[in-house]
Formats: sequence, structure tokens, C-alpha cells
Amino acid sequence: MSATLTHPVDQVPMPENQGESYLTKGKGVMSWLLTKDHKRIALLYLMSITAMSLLGGFFAALIRLELITPGGDLLSAESYNKAFTMHGVIMVFFVLIPATPAVLGNFLLPIMIGARDLALPRINLLSWYIFIIGAAFTLYSMISGGVDTGWTFYTPYSSTYANSAVITAALGAFISGFSSILTGLNFIVTVHKMRAPGLTWFRLPLFVWGNYATALVQILGTPVVAMTILLVAMERLFGFSFFNPNTGGDPILFQHMFWFYSHPAVYLMILPAMGVISELVTCFSRKRVFGYSFIALSSVAIAVFGFLVWGHHLFVSGQSVYGGMVFSVLTFIVAIPSAVKVFNWTATLYKGSISYEAPMLYAFGFFGLFLIGGLTGLFCANVAVDVHIHDTYFIVAHFHYIMVGGAIMGYLGGMHFWWPKITGRMYPETAGRISAIFVFLGFNLTFFPQFLAGYLGMPRRYHAYPEEFQIWNIMSSAGAVVLAIGYTLPMIYFTWSIFAGKKAPANPWGAKGLEWTIPSPPPMENFETIPVVTEEAYAYAPEEDEEHEVNHHV
Amino acid sequence: MANELQLFPESASIGAAGVDANYLYILGVSVFFAVGISLAIFYFALRYRRKSPGEIPKPIHGSLALELTWTIIPFLLAMSMFVGGTVVFFRNYHAPANAMELFIVGKQWMWKIQHPNGVREINEMHVPLNRPVKLIMTTEDVIHSYFIPAFRIKRDVVPGQYTTMWFQANKVGKYHLFCAEYCGTQHSGMIGWVHVMEEADYEAWLSGSIRGETMQQAGERLFNRLGCATCHKADNSGRGPTLVDVFGRAVKLQGGTAVVADEAYIRESVLKPASKIVSGYAVEMPTFQGQISEEGLLQVISYIKSLSKSVQAADAPASEAPAGKKGGN
Amino acid sequence: MSSQALEQSSAHPANPNFQHQYEDLQQQYSSTTFGMWVFLVQEILFFGSLFCAYAVYRSMYPEAYSAASHHLNVALGTFNTVVLIGSSLTMALAVRCAQLGRNKGVFGYLLATFMLGNVFLGVKVVEYSDKFKHHLVPGPNFAMGGPYNEQAQIYFSMYFAMTGLHALHMIIGAGLLIFFMWKAYNNTYSTDFYGPIENMGLYWHFVDIVWIFLFPMLYLIH
Repeated sequence: MSATLTHPVDQVPMPENQGESYLTKGKGVMSWLLTKDHKRIALLYLMSITAMSLLGGFFAALIRLELITPGGDLLSAESYNKAFTMHGVIMVFFVLIPATPAVLGNFLLPIMIGARDLALPRINLLSWYIFIIGAAFTLYSMISGGVDTGWTFYTPYSSTYANSAVITAALGAFISGFSSILTGLNFIVTVHKMRAPGLTWFRLPLFVWGNYATALVQILGTPVVAMTILLVAMERLFGFSFFNPNTGGDPILFQHMFWFYSHPAVYLMILPAMGVISELVTCFSRKRVFGYSFIALSSVAIAVFGFLVWGHHLFVSGQSVYGGMVFSVLTFIVAIPSAVKVFNWTATLYKGSISYEAPMLYAFGFFGLFLIGGLTGLFCANVAVDVHIHDTYFIVAHFHYIMVGGAIMGYLGGMHFWWPKITGRMYPETAGRISAIFVFLGFNLTFFPQFLAGYLGMPRRYHAYPEEFQIWNIMSSAGAVVLAIGYTLPMIYFTWSIFAGKKAPANPWGAKGLEWTIPSPPPMENFETIPVVTEEAYAYAPEEDEEHEVNHHV
Repeated sequence: MANELQLFPESASIGAAGVDANYLYILGVSVFFAVGISLAIFYFALRYRRKSPGEIPKPIHGSLALELTWTIIPFLLAMSMFVGGTVVFFRNYHAPANAMELFIVGKQWMWKIQHPNGVREINEMHVPLNRPVKLIMTTEDVIHSYFIPAFRIKRDVVPGQYTTMWFQANKVGKYHLFCAEYCGTQHSGMIGWVHVMEEADYEAWLSGSIRGETMQQAGERLFNRLGCATCHKADNSGRGPTLVDVFGRAVKLQGGTAVVADEAYIRESVLKPASKIVSGYAVEMPTFQGQISEEGLLQVISYIKSLSKSVQAADAPASEAPAGKKGGN
Repeated sequence: MSSQALEQSSAHPANPNFQHQYEDLQQQYSSTTFGMWVFLVQEILFFGSLFCAYAVYRSMYPEAYSAASHHLNVALGTFNTVVLIGSSLTMALAVRCAQLGRNKGVFGYLLATFMLGNVFLGVKVVEYSDKFKHHLVPGPNFAMGGPYNEQAQIYFSMYFAMTGLHALHMIIGAGLLIFFMWKAYNNTYSTDFYGPIENMGLYWHFVDIVWIFLFPMLYLIH
């Protein structure tokens, strides 16, 4: 048994004729557009999300170009405002929220739990179409003049004063929300009902736990923001009044309802990424994850506590001083489960057998960025400090570290890790390592200066700014170039590898987990026969494990 | 100063020190953990790098003692940050009773500042050194946010509500004033300067500025022009209740409830008279929505305040109310 | 090895409605039912945000709410409540027939549910047009009169948002009913396959229950 790890590739039995790969079974465009296979839908998502991220990245480039000089000379103020709004709307609703669950989760969740597909394959396809319709609305709002409200759609600016295509953009976000809800619903049902025999909750891979916690947030949070955004659209469309101060409406109520979802949405982006990191750390340390149940349950704790902290976005907006206090203490508490995760990952490395393939480098990068992002969250939870840094570049830097640094590091790490499984091809290892390093360095160079500019007082969403902030903005824009290279490289070599990459074995990393027991790429039905699970997750050293089990239960 | 690499913002108010202290404390703890964890990761990654392709490390399931340690210690540290921040926040939130009042109205895309003696400024705010200053703020259109980085304070101005904040400048100088809440096309142009002046210079500046009537006088003029005075008579013989000695007091309303007459209450009574009817009076007063500007409202409030003797003594509680009332939503 | 082959239960159930990803019809039934419940949780939060906004403004402007709610037609609202409860009964009977595999009964009761749903929507149209006639639709033409004219707009905005969203759910439900009538007409349901009708029932009852809350909140409490 222990020989498994010496020659992991040969050891996995590869039955002949195990069914045709999902990539080749069924040909033609319609076999993709009407597929109910979770793996194909994952690829549909991958392509649409990548396209959206290029568009969002284009707007980010415009923003960084504009901010090189303080004068606001590249774009007009109006175009700049539209650029950051489109950047936010596209990246939040169409890239960061769906990326890891809809691509990696969709592909892996059924395989990891030993199922042939998600529980509701038609709903899965429907959710992709809803996503595309939402994206179409958003793109339409872009070409029909653009939106300038910021992705937060704050009233009464968005409902009464803004003179741009708010309705279509809001509807785009509203519609994409249902795509997210249906994905979450599907994951919840699948994890509850489709697990293979013997796969108990505490034997689930941590990636499944991460996606499960994410799904809870999608189900419980997304409907609220969907409704809130719909109310704004109705206010504009029909002249109704929900948040209009002229009829006694309260614009602050919008902010409460908006952040009730939109703060948990941050966890929705980071939780699946954390799940990926748990997989990477154990695989490349070849060691059972330290404190499995603490990592698993901390995901659920984050999902639950995440719903109690929305008010920290309203510390300066006229919320009562006691409200500020309560939300501050709850926000500090939600930091604890994240800290627990980081400590456990670090402890997993202890006495491991660590190798440095590209996915692991991404995991290391995740640690760095998530540490900075998480720790700067403490500044924002502290009411006194937050009053100063609220709506400054400090906040911009903080949430990019978490939502982009953390979430995309996890996503890219996972893409490298499972790329052989998804496509049956290896990516070029050196290029992968280089891109991981570029992303890490570029990210820090882009966003770390923004912490400093923020504490100095530079407000966000400023088209022109006082000269003393220029040095930080130049650094930031320079870093963005490095970051862009880091993000572009994988797109190039992943594409290349599909055609020219080395053929991937079933288990190139010597990893544990059901997905590595089936061929790469997997056959349409995933498993010829549904597996029976007899051991815990990450049992890299089976005999030791059993011993420990005995001690554990006595 | 401007050309050097600046890492820390200027500090020019007595409230700033507490904020900076919190900032530095959290920074210290963060650096400690960031460095500690990074070093641990680096060390483990090098020390336990894979030496032979076949090696299988011994599994470690976990340790309850360790889990508890790294849950409880960060929790206690986080709570200490919470306490530190909240103490400073409360102190920076409650204005002292003797604070001088300035009135701020935000508008796309400018700040309008009124001094009680009638001096008006746009995008510039002159304040005296070492005197507590309380800002009573609202907006004519969308949400803005009044942000003075050197004082480490910021507060949104919300349509239909009054928000307040205060500071006591302790360093003469010229400081940035920003709008921090995105408010539309010229958001980044909604900026200005705060001038902190020696008391004597401030007085000179005040008297040197072109000055018409004081806010009180302007308010009184409006009060008469809009016809308020015909019903709200000083001797309480009119059709409406007298407004003498009303401000800062509890007013009994129809239905048995009571409300403290603060800025928000007066504003609401002028614009939406029917929403709170004083006990014993009928719904007769018409709305003045559209007939009076936000600045005019502040002048009328200033006048009504001046009718109340108690105001000068105890000003503080009144202006907290609007924030408290709306905040529960 | 982490897994070993289970003897394949290759004898997939012969029912044409069986979906390949499941092990057996029982798993399919419990998965789809569970999915429906999760969907309803989502729906509760969807409506819940409106209820929350309703409650916030009610506590801010109780008099305006009271004045405005007098403009609703309690008789029509009561009638609609009865219609909807009746439709829940016929829906429940349809589910019962499906469980017994009586497709004709399913068809008939679904048709009755569909008709009652349309009666409800018809009455709603009458009520809405009445609001238009009396300038009770929020916006520039709103003219309820009285001292609470402005704040009453919030009430009527809530009224239209809540009942409108509810009506939209009814319309979607009616569409689904037609689909399931067609399925029943083709003898789809049997004693071992009736899950979809149960789920349709769950959805329909949920929409009814929303109305059971909306009716007192909007029409009765003054």
C-alpha cells in the first residue's frame, strides 16, 4: 500500500475501456450547449468567466492608467466613474462570486463525493444560462451608455440622481444572483443526498466543506440583495418610492439590505478558495491536514457569523453608536475562524514532505495575501480606525487582498492542480511557477501602496486626486503591469497545453481523493461503479492512520 | 513636506491621537503575526522539503490544546482591539456641551458651510484652534461624506437627516477636506480646505469677512416671511404651539408618545407637519417642502434654538437623536 | 486504496422518468424534494427582505400606513383569500391522486387549481386597475390626499412590490400547472413516481402562505 506514493501514476488501476472521456463523448456545439454533464457545464462557466474577467481587467487597466497622474487627464470624470463601476460589477458578480464554485466546484464536487453528476443537472445547466442572460444585461448596459453608480448602487444616487443605464445593470446583477442561488441549491442537495456509501460528513474533502459553506451563503444571502437591487430598479422604472428621502424613505435602509448580502458575499468568494488551499497544502505536504474538523467547521462558522457583521459598512453612515459597537465586536469575532484556518494550514506543513509545484506556490502566495488581507481587516473592524479609513484606499486595498488576492490565488492554484484532471494534459511546470511568482509580487506591488495612500486619507472612487498621493499611485499602476502579466500567462500556457501539453496520468500529484482514482479526463459518468469509501480524507499513510484511529477511539 | 515620502498623515486634532494609537497597536499585533506565521511557513517549507520521491511523513491528526490556544489568544487580542477602538469611538462621537456649532450642507458637488454669525463659505472651513467645534450636517441631494483626514473623522451626510460630528483642532494649518462617499460625476472635485487659525486670527477673519445677518437673524426673517409667526406665537395664543423654550425639551404628541425637540424633529415638522402632531392641536399646518432650502431650514432651527434658554446650557443630547433614531433601521 | 468497487446495481429502475445520476428512484425522490425545500428557504429570504422593509417603514410611519391601508378593498381581499385556500385544497387533492397513481384525478384537480389561481389573478387585476383609477399608484400622479400623502407612497410601493411579486409567483405557478397537467394527461405519474406533483404542491402552498401573511399585513391591520 505504501508503495502507492512511490509510483503514484502506475499504482492507480486504469481499467481499459472505462468509457469515453467527457470531452469527446458527444460532438458538436449543441452537445455542449445542451449538456447536462457537470464537467461540461464547468467548462462553459470557465470560458464565460474568463471572458468576463478579461473585460473586468480591461476596466481595471483603464483605472490604473488614469490614476498615474493626479490631474485626471486620460478619461473624463464621467468615463472614469463608469470604468470603476463596470470593473466592480463585472468582477464581483460575474467573476469572483462564480469563479471557484461554478468552475472547480461544479467539476469536482460530484466526483469528490463519488457521484455521477450533481443531483439536479438540468438546474445546473439552467444556472449557466441565467448567468449568460445576466451577463448580457450587464454588457448591454455597458454599450448603451454605461453605469456610473459604483457596484454598490447606493441610493438615492442610483435611484434618483444617476443619469446612466442603471436599470439594465441592476437587472444584470439581479439575474446573475439567481444563477448563484441555483448553483448553491444544487451543491447543498448533492452533498446531502449523493455521497457515496461510507463517505460520512467528516470524511469529506475540505474543498467540499468549503463549497457547502459557500452554498449556504448563496441560499441565505443572495435573495436579499436580489430583492434590494430589484427595488432600486423598480424605483427608477416606475417611480415607486422605497428609499427616496423625498417621500420619507430611508436611503440607509438600502445600505443595510445591500450589505446583509454583500458582506457575506466576500466569504462566498473566499470560502471555496480556502477549500482549494486545504487540498493543495495536504497534497504537497503529503500529509493529513492538521485539525480537519476545525478547518471544516470554521468554514461553517465563517458562513454563519458572516451574516451578523454587515453593519460594519455603516460605521460612518448615521447608524447608532451602539449599533457600531455591536457590529464591531461581531466583526472581530468573525476574524477568529479565519485565523484558526491559517494556523492549521501552517501546522499541516510541520514535519510534512513538501514539494514546490506551481499549485503549492499559489498556496504559499495565498497565505501571504490572505494574511495581509485578513490582518488589515482588524483595522476595519476597529470603529475608531474605521471612521478614518472608511471609503479610502485602505479599504480598497483590504478587500482586494481578500476578494482578489486570496480568492484568485486559490482559484488559480486549484486550476493548476486540477488542470490535468480537467483536460487530461499537463500545463508547463516552469511557466506555472513563474506566473505564481509574478502574481504574488505584482499583487503586493499593486495593492500594498494603497494601504499607505488610504491611511494618508486618499478617498476611493476619485478621478483626480491631490498630488501628494501620486507616488503611491505610480507604484500601484506599475505593480498592475506585473500582475497583469501574472494573470495572463496561465491563459496562454493553459490554452497551449490543451493542444501540446504532455498527456496527464490519472494521478499526477500522488494525491488522495476520489477524483484521482478515475482517468484524466474523466469519463462521462465519472465512475463505472460507485465507490465505497472506507477511510478518512487525506490518508496518505494508511497504516499509521489505523493505529491512530485505534488510539483515538479507545 | 509634500515632496518627501510620507507614511503617516498629519495629525491636527485631539481626537487623532486615539485613532493613531489604535492603528499602531493593531499594526504591531499584525506585524507580529504576519512575520511569525511567514517565518514558520518558510522554515517548515525548507526544513521539511521533500527529500526523496517516496517519502511519506507521519500523519498528525491535530491537537485540541493547540487549537484552543490559537483560538483563545487571537480572540483575547481581538477583544482588546475592540475595547480600544470603542473607547476612542465613543469619546470622538460625543461632542462636549460647549462646542461651537457649524452647519454643513452638501450638494452635488460642493460643501456649503455656515457660521452662526452668518458668515458663509464654500469648500473652505475656517475654525479656531483649541475650541471644540460641532458640525451639524445634511445634504440637498445624494449621500456625501464629510472627511477631514488630519482630524481622523468622517461622517456621511444623509438626505432627510441630520448627522453630527465634532473635533477640536490642536495645530494651526491648512488641511484637506474630502467628500468620501461617491456622489456622482464630480465626486473627486467635491474637495476643499479646513483652515485652523489662532483664536485671534479667527476672530479677525470672522469680522473681516463679509457678513450680513447672523443665522439666527436670517432664521427669524424666514420665520416671519413664511408666516410661521402668525400661528406659532410667543405667548402660545396662536393656532399652533408656541416655540419658545421648546428646543431640547420633550414634546407630548397625539397618541400619548413624546419626542425630544431636536434638529431632526423641527425639520420634519416643517417639511411633513402631519407626521408628528403636538397633543392638543389639529393637523392644520401646510407643508413647507419646496419653499425652504436646507440652509434656510438650518437658519430657522438656529432661530428656534435661540428661543430656548436651556439650549446654551445643554446642547449635546439633542443632536445625537437623529442618528440614534434612524440608525435602528 | 480509498475506494473499492461496489457491486454495481446495474439494474437501473425501468421507470422512464428515472434520471441516470441517481442510484434508485428513492434517492431521486428524496433529492428533488430536498431541493424544493432548499428552494423555498431561498424564497422565504426573497420575500423576507420585503417584509423587513415593510416592517421598518411601518414602525417609522404607522399613521401613514393606517391611512393608506384604508384604501384597499377588504372584501376583494377576503374573497381572494378564500379562493386561494380553496386552490390549496385542490392542489393537496392532486398530490393525493398522484401518490395513488390516478392521473385523471391529478389532471382534474390541477385544472381546478389552475382555474382558482386565475380567479385570484383576475380579482388582482380589478384591484390594480382600481388603484390606477384613484391615483394610488406611487409616482408623479400619486394623489391619495390627506396629511400623509408622501409617506403613503411608501406604503403603496410596498403594496405593489409585495402583491406584484406574489402575483408573479402565481403566474409562474400557473404555467407550471399547465405543464404538469400535460404530464398527467400522458399518464406520467404512478405509485413509485409522484415527486414532481408533490414539489408543485409545496411551491403552490408556499405561495398561498405568503398571501396568508400579506392579506392581514396590507388589508387588515390599520
